[in-house]
Amino acid sequence: MNAIELKYAIPGDDFTRAGEASSAIKMRLKQMGFDPGFIRRVAIAVYEGEINMVIHANGGEIAVNISPESTDITLIDDGPGIPDVEKAMQAGFSTAPENVRNLGFGAGMGLPNMKKYTDEMDVQSEVGIGTTVRMKIYANAT
Amino acid sequence: MTISDIKNILDCTILCGEDQLGTDINTADGADMMSDVLAFAKEHGVLLTGLVNSQVVRTAEMMDMTCIVFVRDKTPDQSIVDLADNCGIVIMKTREMMFSACGKLYEAGIRSEASSI
Repeated sequence: MNAIELKYAIPGDDFTRAGEASSAIKMRLKQMGFDPGFIRRVAIAVYEGEINMVIHANGGEIAVNISPESTDITLIDDGPGIPDVEKAMQAGFSTAPENVRNLGFGAGMGLPNMKKYTDEMDVQSEVGIGTTVRMKIYANAT
Repeated sequence: MTISDIKNILDCTILCGEDQLGTDINTADGADMMSDVLAFAKEHGVLLTGLVNSQVVRTAEMMDMTCIVFVRDKTPDQSIVDLADNCGIVIMKTREMMFSACGKLYEAGIRSEASSI
């Protein structure tokens, strides 16, 4: 199997459509015959990232590179950026407004969850410029 | 325990996935915050929630959860039911409050795999 690259533009103003890209990626991994536990980890990490983009950054782009050994996920947005990445990584820390919490998100678990379910994660963010999150999940990891 | 057992215990109305009532359920989670479900829930479980929007279905889909029960007689839009149907997820609703719904399932032997962190 050759590595394949998938790209999705995430609209920022439509909460009801959030998750469509994650769902499509999950479906693709299933079709490719990956282990269900691995697929679940990728799906959760991408979904949290997709929700973050919709909530905080008015959308962005998700790129996924799938090889037999691992899946690399890159989330790029030109949103407001994260002033303190270390703080944002703490479970329970959230800047989500009340209307987002009413939708069931903004519990301060997004970035911690992404770290929990991935093997490698790097967050580069600049206030006023945007945020890039890179994640790697190995297919043979448990 | 099967989805059919849960239906009987909580006196649920089925909104989609009637053909899957024989599916086994291993665990349950009760939450209105989907971020918490994404952090702690196990696969092949039932999600009890009072939150009604499409992201409840998306969350269950990503977590490989089998069944969603809306508590307090909350009724989702048809678009939400259709989304769940496409994902192969059973949707039911019950008149029970969240606390009593969780209590009844716990009493019947269902456990959450993560009872504390």
